Amino acid sequence: MSKTITLHGRPVVAGIAEGEALVTKHTISGFGGIDSKTGIITEVRHELRGQSFKDKILVFPGAKGSSGWASHFQTTRLTGAAPKAMIFNVMTTKIALGAVVTRVPAITDLDQDPLEVISSGDWVKVDADNGIVEITKAED
Amino acid sequence: MTMILTDDEQAILAGKEGEARAHAMDLLVRYGKALGAERLVDTNNVCGGVVGSLPGRRDVLPPDKKMDMDAVFSLLNLDSDKTLKIPPVKANTYKLIEAMDPDLYKVQRVSEETRRLVENTSEFCKRVGIQQSNTCTPYQVGNVPVFGEHCAWMESSAVVYINSVIGARSNVEGAHSTAAAALVGKIPYWGYHIPENRFGTHLVEVEYPVDDMLDWGLLGYYLGEMVHENIPVLTGLSGVPHADKLKHFGASAASSGGVEMYHLIGITPEAPTLEAAFGGSKPVETLRFGAGERKTAYEYFNTGRDPNVDFVMLGCPHASLEQVQLVAGLLEGKKLSENTDLWMFTPRALKTEADRMGYTKTLEMAGAYLMTDSCAALSKVFPEGTKVAATDSCKQAHYLPAILGFETWLGTTEQCVQAAISGRWQGDLS
Repeated sequence: MSKTITLHGRPVVAGIAEGEALVTKHTISGFGGIDSKTGIITEVRHELRGQSFKDKILVFPGAKGSSGWASHFQTTRLTGAAPKAMIFNVMTTKIALGAVVTRVPAITDLDQDPLEVISSGDWVKVDADNGIVEITKAED
Repeated sequence: MTMILTDDEQAILAGKEGEARAHAMDLLVRYGKALGAERLVDTNNVCGGVVGSLPGRRDVLPPDKKMDMDAVFSLLNLDSDKTLKIPPVKANTYKLIEAMDPDLYKVQRVSEETRRLVENTSEFCKRVGIQQSNTCTPYQVGNVPVFGEHCAWMESSAVVYINSVIGARSNVEGAHSTAAAALVGKIPYWGYHIPENRFGTHLVEVEYPVDDMLDWGLLGYYLGEMVHENIPVLTGLSGVPHADKLKHFGASAASSGGVEMYHLIGITPEAPTLEAAFGGSKPVETLRFGAGERKTAYEYFNTGRDPNVDFVMLGCPHASLEQVQLVAGLLEGKKLSENTDLWMFTPRALKTEADRMGYTKTLEMAGAYLMTDSCAALSKVFPEGTKVAATDSCKQAHYLPAILGFETWLGTTEQCVQAAISGRWQGDLS
């Protein structure tokens, strides 16, 4: 049976979602960093370059780059390319506003580092009404 | 966490001032809660993007709504699915970069559709009272905040300038938070609005005699890479730098990292002493910037490029009158290479001054253009067939390859102008 881990954190945007995790230790740029029609990371030196966060539970350190971050993530919602939820470490105005206008459940300030605990491919349930993240590790 | 709202904020939220302001207040409350803010703060100084004319942005609207600015602003600036009737703004509000120069849009190869969108946006701004400065540097053309003033500004190079050089208080806001702030005169009291968050974190001993604009840009770019979104405190500088150098320094640091505030000991207003800059705490790390670090920063940009330059881009952030004067002096009596274009970008108000001084004419006689309201990377305007660009701005050199796919050289203003005249890049780090 697969191992399940539960983390607790602070809700940023309420809601409940579940899906497959996409994890990166690199921060993400909006303007010049993503293709907001497909959700594909386009930043040249990014470890996820060429991969899409569409319909994934996006687990990342936080936002960087231009103040257009929220506008570009809002566009992913409008084009259907948004992630299902966001789990992140570092709070900034970019990611707070970005999470609000992407309108997906979002959690931060977790009791363990989500970048260490969650791997790409794990199944993750995000309950941002109560600040709970439940991770089912993918079979090796 | 719940936010504590004042009676007037509660009343706006409940709809006392209409649906659009109620929605704006609700957006600010949700945003404030997301941040973990405890309350809002009054602001009467907002700079934001009315993003409905930038390339591609209206494509997400239904065809019958694309020219309805209330619908465009409701969705793209307020994240409202419902079209709200947008009332006049409450706070003094300035618009950032537009999609085109209103006179030179044909040279910029802007489509007729974009021109119509810009005109449509402009009519909307007139109706609701948003000042159309159309620049990334409102502080160069009449919007100079006062020390301690709470602002809601969006453009990162402008925020780092007013926080650090002037001592105003702003976070790097977004299109939606500035639009909401414009309508209700509030912004979350978080981050750089709070005095104890403004102290330095990293000490930087500057050992290289940083002097020209390129040096200041490289210093900023290097520090952004090193400190990310933290607050560097610089010692070892001699003399008070010109505002243009600090403009380039902050823009660079905000591009490579996310620097929104810095201190220059003995120069910037919240750093009379090291102790004051760090608020009595110890630096988390001490960095140095010498000849080696300067070279490292230069080499982030200038490796293995085609020396045949198609396009020289100057004026990122928008050029001051002195920068335009410098370029006019360098181009006096010269002609650009027939293979190279030179576009220099400045705020509209400064072009009026440049016209009067004859600088615009001098640029035009050489075959160059002085453009306003717009920017190569953001407006996506450039000469046809450009593959190789050159610029004197670390920020533009950071964005041109990512946004427009150009190989990009970085050098001094003089090296860039020389490249436009000869058609070839010959700059180096002297």
